[in-house]
Amino acid sequence: MKKIAILGAMTVAGLSAGVASAATLDDVKARGKLNCGVTTGLVGFAAPNANGEWEGFDVGVCRAVAAAVLGDPTAVEFVPTTGKTRFTALASGEIDLLARNTTWTFSRDVDLGFEFVGINYYDGQGFMVPKDLGVSSAKELDGATVCIQTGTTTELNLADFFRANNISYEPVPIETNAEAQPLYLEGACDVYTTDASGLAATRAAFENPGDHVVLPEIISKEPLGPLVRHGDNQWGDIARWTLNALIAAEELGVTSANVAEMAASAGNNPEINRLLGTEGTLGEMLGLDAEWAKRAIMSGGNYGELFEKNIGENTPIGLARGLNAQWTEGGLLYSPPFR
Amino acid sequence: MSTISDPPSGSFQLSMLINDTRYRSYTFQFIALILLIIAFAYLGYNLLSNLQAAGLNISYQFLGEPAGYDINQTLIEYTSQSSHWRASVVGVLNTLLVAFLGCIMATVIGVVVGVLRLSNNWLVRQLMSIYVEIFRNVPVLIWILIIMAVFIAILPQPRDFRGEDATASMVLGSFAFTGRGFYSPAPVFGPGSGVVIAVFFASIAGIFAFRNYAKKALFDRGQLIPTLWPSVAILLIPSILAFYLMGRPITLDLPSLKGFNFQGGIFMRNSLIALWFALSIYTAAFIAENVRAGILAVSKGQTEAAASLGLRPGRIMNLVVLPQALRVIIPPLISQYLNLTKNSSLAIAVGYMDLTGTLGGITLNQTGRAIEAIFLLMLFYLAISLAISAIMNVYNNAVKLKER
Repeated sequence: MKKIAILGAMTVAGLSAGVASAATLDDVKARGKLNCGVTTGLVGFAAPNANGEWEGFDVGVCRAVAAAVLGDPTAVEFVPTTGKTRFTALASGEIDLLARNTTWTFSRDVDLGFEFVGINYYDGQGFMVPKDLGVSSAKELDGATVCIQTGTTTELNLADFFRANNISYEPVPIETNAEAQPLYLEGACDVYTTDASGLAATRAAFENPGDHVVLPEIISKEPLGPLVRHGDNQWGDIARWTLNALIAAEELGVTSANVAEMAASAGNNPEINRLLGTEGTLGEMLGLDAEWAKRAIMSGGNYGELFEKNIGENTPIGLARGLNAQWTEGGLLYSPPFR
Repeated sequence: MSTISDPPSGSFQLSMLINDTRYRSYTFQFIALILLIIAFAYLGYNLLSNLQAAGLNISYQFLGEPAGYDINQTLIEYTSQSSHWRASVVGVLNTLLVAFLGCIMATVIGVVVGVLRLSNNWLVRQLMSIYVEIFRNVPVLIWILIIMAVFIAILPQPRDFRGEDATASMVLGSFAFTGRGFYSPAPVFGPGSGVVIAVFFASIAGIFAFRNYAKKALFDRGQLIPTLWPSVAILLIPSILAFYLMGRPITLDLPSLKGFNFQGGIFMRNSLIALWFALSIYTAAFIAENVRAGILAVSKGQTEAAASLGLRPGRIMNLVVLPQALRVIIPPLISQYLNLTKNSSLAIAVGYMDLTGTLGGITLNQTGRAIEAIFLLMLFYLAISLAISAIMNVYNNAVKLKER
């Protein structure tokens, strides 16, 4: 009989797990908090600061969505995920949005049942080696021991790259970026490989960043972006257009400093008016109020401000805009029109 | 007497299922079984319908697709173009390798420590209790990480062997102990080496024959023939003679520093060594307690009787106490072996690619087939554990008290 009682409890658990899907927007509003999946700690992208508050480029996306939906950029519950746990966390409904420099690939989008809502960083996989190794090209890495963060597209690209160039290597799989750093610094591996932005962030955290070089080869396309579950298009639209709002705001010259002023009354530029809700009903169409985009921009600034503050050239990470500049400045950032 | 409990004979009635003590328990067991089946069917259906609602399905097709990733330690041939299934098999073999090595080393350390814990020497006894208490009361994951960290920090890296002012050098010119692992010479079998190997195995058989002869001599004639040194001689001398007679057909492939790493020879990765060592010393602490309990379970009268026959303490332990203690030691030892095998799934902490690392790690991640992969993983561990139990039970039946 004891068995039956246990089974009864299991059945109830099974039942309650079954209702997880439905409307994410309603769930988030009812909860009053956005559950956002981020990395376990990658300086510049998502890491807790000295006060324990999460900061970074990906964190900015979470805060913008929370501001747009809930009106409060701090109403975010950050859930640290590893490369391995992130998809399960999203699929099971533990998190509403995953902003964890995740590469947009066909199989993740189609087979795993996720929806990438856009690209917030155009990246590519690179290699970092100690300077005194005297290596100047990834093709000289024959026989090297390579530390890889496991559960990412990185290890597949790596296998392809070494196979295509007909050179051998010794892979050392590592669970998180934090575990990889001591291994690399102690010399247990010759090379550390991950996305070039991640390498820059990791190198910035070293005691002597100058002792290490990032090799010129970029061996893959890594479009990183936030993603949501399949099946809830409204929630997907909210995340997609919040990201687009940040990108469009930079293009249109709307910043966290002037957004309040611009949103106070309709101005001359109809696109800005539609974006900020002084004209049209775009917010209503999303199921939000008219000021959603204004709040998203106010939470951390537009795309350019987020970039400069967290990973830009004046930060220790020091990434140039490169491909991530606006299309008007030769980059790839191109938001569809707000119309 | 028997007529009292015998029920009145008559045709079976449905109410007897509840009222008759002979059938009542079956009735309830049957109802419980039905409920159990319904519950599992419901959970299974719930899973499938939820997966369907999310646009997913259960499919094992991914096992046939190319894995696309590389594995550092492979006991069978494997490339990144091999299938996910082959990657899983590589993982299974790596799991079995570290479990096998771990069980042997844990048993050796465990038995020695268990016996020494009962030593008459105060210092030895206390040192062994400290070892047992420290190692079994700290989680094994912590030990794995500590040993790996110490390993990497203390031993020199291959770059320290390089150049004019190398700070490290190879031991005897053929062994290299680096933070990445140990490199040792590998035998290369040339033509004619088959004879040497055959002679070697024949000598091993010879040792057993000699030991049997010595035992027989002892039992039949009371003649004590020394066995240790003759055994060593039988093991080595014929093989060495054959080796030189055949013109030294077996040569050594020495590891040497080429490029980034040592090349050639046998390479034992730091991850394997750290995991092996950590699992061994952790489990050995438990085995030591089993051994101590087993020895204490043998009546003191046995020891005293043996001593009164004039046996020396070492012989009392080997001939009288341990054979009897084994009956108590083996059953808990089986469960320690199972624990060690299952604990090996912590391997990914040091980057050892065991089954959890390949099938339950990278494959799961790249294909996103979490339920399928975890289910297979459970099945594999279940099969491995049951196999270990079965083998150990055969051994247990061999040593347990024979009741005739």
